[in-house]
Amino acid sequence: MKPDLARIRPYGDAMDDGIVQLSFSLPLPCGEEAKEAARQLAAQMGLSEPQVVHAQDLGEGFTFLVLYGNSRHTVDATKIRVVKPSTEHMGFDEINQFIRDKIGRTIVVLGACTGTDAHTVGIDAIMNMKGYAGEYGLERYPMIEAHNLGAQVDNEDLLAKAIELNADAILVSQVVTQKDVHLPNLTRLVDLLEAEGIRSKVVLVCGGPRISHELALELGYDAGFGPGTLAPEVATFIVQEMVERMRKTV
Amino acid sequence: MSKLQLDPEVIARARRAAAAIADEAARFIEKRSTVAIERTVLRLLGLDGVDADGVPLPNVVIEHVQAQGRLAEGVVRPVVNAVLQTGWSVQTVGEAVAAGNLNLFAIEQAPEKEIRTRAEELAREALNRIRRNRERRDELLAAYGDQPKPYVYVIVATGNIYEDVVQARAAARQGADIIAVIRSTGQSLLDYVPFGPTTEGFGGTFATQANFQIMRQALDQVGAELGRYIRLCNYCSGLCMPEIAAMGAFERLDVMLNDALYGILFRDINMQRTLVDQNFSRMINACAGVIINTGEDNYLTTADAVEAAHTVLASQFINEQLALSAGLKEEQMGLGHAFEMNPEIEDGFLLEIAQAQLAREIFPNAPLKYMPPTKHMTGNIFRGHVQDTLFNLAGIMTGQGIQLLGMMTEAIHTPLIHERQLAIEAARYVFNNARHLAGEIEFKADGMIARRAQQVLEQAADLLEEIEAIGLFQALSKGIFADVKRSMTGGKGLDGVFERADTYFNPIETLLRQELNLPGGKEGDA
Repeated sequence: MKPDLARIRPYGDAMDDGIVQLSFSLPLPCGEEAKEAARQLAAQMGLSEPQVVHAQDLGEGFTFLVLYGNSRHTVDATKIRVVKPSTEHMGFDEINQFIRDKIGRTIVVLGACTGTDAHTVGIDAIMNMKGYAGEYGLERYPMIEAHNLGAQVDNEDLLAKAIELNADAILVSQVVTQKDVHLPNLTRLVDLLEAEGIRSKVVLVCGGPRISHELALELGYDAGFGPGTLAPEVATFIVQEMVERMRKTV
Repeated sequence: MSKLQLDPEVIARARRAAAAIADEAARFIEKRSTVAIERTVLRLLGLDGVDADGVPLPNVVIEHVQAQGRLAEGVVRPVVNAVLQTGWSVQTVGEAVAAGNLNLFAIEQAPEKEIRTRAEELAREALNRIRRNRERRDELLAAYGDQPKPYVYVIVATGNIYEDVVQARAAARQGADIIAVIRSTGQSLLDYVPFGPTTEGFGGTFATQANFQIMRQALDQVGAELGRYIRLCNYCSGLCMPEIAAMGAFERLDVMLNDALYGILFRDINMQRTLVDQNFSRMINACAGVIINTGEDNYLTTADAVEAAHTVLASQFINEQLALSAGLKEEQMGLGHAFEMNPEIEDGFLLEIAQAQLAREIFPNAPLKYMPPTKHMTGNIFRGHVQDTLFNLAGIMTGQGIQLLGMMTEAIHTPLIHERQLAIEAARYVFNNARHLAGEIEFKADGMIARRAQQVLEQAADLLEEIEAIGLFQALSKGIFADVKRSMTGGKGLDGVFERADTYFNPIETLLRQELNLPGGKEGDA
């Protein structure tokens, strides 16, 4: 049986069954009332025949619930358009060769976790020599001079470093944030780069669990990468963007 | 009896080198103090609160003394002299300085002997207050009985202390033994401690004395209801390390993150500042009966867990020796390590067991703090729950002391109320089902686990001798730990370090040294 792309529903074990699993907590004591509240909520979310399969007392008047239900809603997959950076990325050797051929010098890339964020897992995965999941980080690329500034870097310090090192690209990582503090922090860097007149000289990229390419573009970045991104994807974007800009200015 | 056939001579070699490294650090430390230590002394003598601009009074008074170039003698003499001259309390003296009504160096000077006598009285009162808290903890533990190890440790991190209380009380009911209130991100770089209850934070809640007190009361209440003592943990790290130790001692915190090197490596705090601060903070923690947790687990978030395993062990040896030189007992040393190997590695679990058992055998009395997978958590929460289960199994079968429970939603968000429940339920299931597994297991003499452990120990001993040869400061600047390089004069907070004048006076330190049987506890030889 082929899915009807114009009317896509979740799949459990039969086409179009719409089966959805969800779990949440309610600020209600554990009991039949909490289960009924959960069922009614699920129904309002568009699930038919919601079933509470597990309800657990969390203490302090809270209950944890696990439910299944069938989604009544459908999505037209033929009309979906997602903004993303280039779909194909190059490998380690290819990228270095691309830089030699098309740019003709080593490029300078700065990476930092800015603002109050102290979580460097993301930027380390992209920058560190060892890299992540079998892909070397940018420090390993012979044609890339990579500088990982680490955590809690002020936007002002990052800007100063970018000027000092004549950076071609800046990577900003934002991992742990609360109440969306990462958004003004990210736009602040764009403002600073513009004030210094160097925004157009650098490829500006951000990444993190709450970052999408679309959001990055809205904030004034050239690209955004979500969780699971590896160094070659970022490097490919940087070098292609640099070459694209060179082409435009010639 | 070693299950891993570890060579006692190699262990002794590693410990000897670590002791030499710690001695070198101790000689550096004893000649210096910091603004944070002097602020701590003021807090212990009874100064608290903020000025009209919200600046903490300990900071105001230190800046007043510093501005007149007199900090090298220590802050106690001028403040206690003012107490004697005015008849006011330390608090009133501090308020007068903040209001600009009192210059500590423009008043008459009492005889040194009178100042010392009064200062020692005040210091003794502070230490008595800390001792009473320690006794109270012991009473409660005796009344309820302690929980079997590993203690179940979970975090709350809402940013709002009152919301944290709800989550912490629920976690206690769910079976948590230790509640850690994660600090607002960035607090470690503040050179002051915020004041009062707080309801806004980023990725965590500000550590303030008022917040400590609110959480302590909540846990005592729920603990009384449950008949269990619920331990409270916070972060004694960053630029205010010793101040947080003092505030924790006053509010009966039980566990403190308190690593000797963490701030240097991961927060880029100056190494001189951190080493001097950690020593004083650990003396206070030692006196307060606090279990410290060290941060070796963090090495593995930047370096590879298989290749860098020996650096974790080497750091545990150094942390142990630095802790001993601050008067901490082995039972207070929650030396850290982590379950951070790539789950794709064949036999990775065997390597994890080798590392956990190795730490267990080398530090037999330490309540080892075992950290869950974080680096290789992916957002696949279902796989994450299984990774955490293997971690829990490794914990119970190697006799860990404190199990910081993994959350299936690691790397997504700070824990939701039911995620903590699911983690505690899973851990209790594993611990209960395999309670006496450790006692039943022997490892094959020439098997993978024993050989791996012996190899890591050898490498750690070699590394420690290498560090001993070049010195700790040089080792840090070469990037031996966590692949991070730090310089002697780089990083934050160096301007807060100063050399002690010959006339330096700090009766709190002298009393702490007496209490902890450390050298320098006698009048005049501090």
